[in-house]
Amino acid sequence: MAIHSKDFRTLRLDGVQRDFGAFNALKGISLTIARGEFVALLGPSGCGKSTALNCVAGLLPLTGGTISLDDRRIDTLSPEDRGFGMVFQNYALFPHMSVARNVGFGLAMRNEPRARIAEKVAEALRLVRLEGQADKLPGQLSGGQQQRVAIARAIVVAPPLVMMDEPLSNLDAKLRLEMRAEIRRIHAHLGSATIYVTHDQDEALSLADRIVVMRQGEVRQVGTPEELYTRPATVDVAEFMGFRNMLPATLDGAGGGARARVTVDGAACEGTPVGPLAPGAVTLAIRPEDLRPQDDGPLAARVDQVEYRGRAFFGIATTPAGTALHFRAPSRVEPGTALRFGADPDRILIYGGAA
Amino acid sequence: MTGAALPRRPGLRERLARRGLDGTTLLVLPAALAILALFVYPFIEGLVLSFLPKQGGPLANYAKFFGDPYLWKTIPTTLGLAIPATLANIALSVPVALRVRRMKRQRLLTTILVIPITLGTVLVAEGLLNYLGPQGWLNRTLMALHLIDRPVRLVHNYWGVLWSLVIAGFPFTFLLTLSYVSGIDPNLERAAATLGAGPRARFRTVLLPLMASGLAITFCLSFVQAFAVYPSAVLVGAPAGSTRVISIAAFQAAYEVYDDSLASSIAMIMAAIQLVIVVLVLAGRSLFYRGPAGGGKG
Repeated sequence: MAIHSKDFRTLRLDGVQRDFGAFNALKGISLTIARGEFVALLGPSGCGKSTALNCVAGLLPLTGGTISLDDRRIDTLSPEDRGFGMVFQNYALFPHMSVARNVGFGLAMRNEPRARIAEKVAEALRLVRLEGQADKLPGQLSGGQQQRVAIARAIVVAPPLVMMDEPLSNLDAKLRLEMRAEIRRIHAHLGSATIYVTHDQDEALSLADRIVVMRQGEVRQVGTPEELYTRPATVDVAEFMGFRNMLPATLDGAGGGARARVTVDGAACEGTPVGPLAPGAVTLAIRPEDLRPQDDGPLAARVDQVEYRGRAFFGIATTPAGTALHFRAPSRVEPGTALRFGADPDRILIYGGAA
Repeated sequence: MTGAALPRRPGLRERLARRGLDGTTLLVLPAALAILALFVYPFIEGLVLSFLPKQGGPLANYAKFFGDPYLWKTIPTTLGLAIPATLANIALSVPVALRVRRMKRQRLLTTILVIPITLGTVLVAEGLLNYLGPQGWLNRTLMALHLIDRPVRLVHNYWGVLWSLVIAGFPFTFLLTLSYVSGIDPNLERAAATLGAGPRARFRTVLLPLMASGLAITFCLSFVQAFAVYPSAVLVGAPAGSTRVISIAAFQAAYEVYDDSLASSIAMIMAAIQLVIVVLVLAGRSLFYRGPAGGGKG
């Protein structure tokens, strides 16, 4: 017997809204999640991602819209009747129950026979690699182990949907990497859908099949990690995805085609337009790792500071107009040197409108 | 390696500090003195006095107390008031505290609920007489409505005292309970809900076990308060009959019979009974979970 998620086809959120008094925390979210999919809700704190998760879990009532599982409307059900698994940011393990009782809690609430509970609990603990810890209290475990218990507790009931609310944010860097792999493995094993809330784009990129970028209670972009990483749809998504250089520029001529010419700081430069462009002010978005010293580069700037980060040097330079440039250099450059910078036209994204 | 050859005995101050005694420890002194002067000394004096009866051997007072039903029956009478009153207060406090914990205007409500604590038992008893006495508002209203022909006896009996104990004790019990309830991480209940536990199951499996040890402490403190009931037993009770509590017996021995020694013995018996109940409850507490009521890392 193994734990496998119950069958369903899609979970659909349709115009889901949630207001707190006059504040609209969610302004009509629509999203469809298929069975087996790993979806990350990514956004800065306060963007509504946790609110969205709590709405799906039933911990917050909606103020508008519907949530349905296949053809069944579920947003009117109380959390205990939805049967979804949830992993909380602070784990929320029952401190007075042993690990085994914590994990078996959902099964006990479903009145499963004792022998069956013991069997499934053992199976779930094996899955999260905590075999020897069944009789301990949560307080006797390390943070990473508590996290595994929380995951085991959520998945042991074989929920169609597992929700995780920033589950790795309390762990140290090494453990976080390990647990990422574990979460991915467990997700693949269960075959359930997973909604994973995070503000860490690395986590979202490495875990998710699909990323939903949220900001100010709205969905800004939905896409695969590759799409989001290489082609963010808007300037603020780009900013959140690590495009730290946002440079004001002017579009030369019409904006059609795969390449467009712009003037930035008085120099001509070629880039890749994202969406239709109107003549006039545009914004260039470039990742620090793509902006490098080049003898014929369009941007002139003086180096302010440089730091060594293992494989390369990263630094900040200032243009004569006063714009800060975040760049990467293959070898050490001394602060104070005047350099020219440029990037591959594929890696220079052009967005309509001023920065 | 220059200092290795010089074994040095640490100074007295350093040795004391290693055992956790330093200048700050002196701050305990005023409280310790107050406890000695106001509690330990009178207690010891009372204990000694109780073994020096007016007549007979050292245990004569105790023999007299347990030999005279008029005296020893005050024990079941007092327990019969104090235990139900304490239990009723806890039973009332838990649901109210669970509700109040989620309210935004918690402070206002808490203030209103706590006001009776400032009134004292005498005012509460007087209030009860005004409302529920034979000439009180309730009886007069019911008679005016011709629902009854003669006043219903609501005070000057067991129920009057029980009422006054519940009213006077509730704020205290409630405040203690609220602090225990507020200490429980709300995510634990949410987690239980997502795992399929309805409101009753959440209370039974998560809230109650995490509150139990706190409620045991609350029981002890509230019980000790209720056990020493005197004013309301006299004012709204039947002090010669159904509410002749142990403190009345002690009072009569001391100020009507002028037998200080017997009064001291009764006080010692009171102390012993309270101690037994508190020890029993605290022993039971060790069966419950007593750690922090959080769900993990904050």
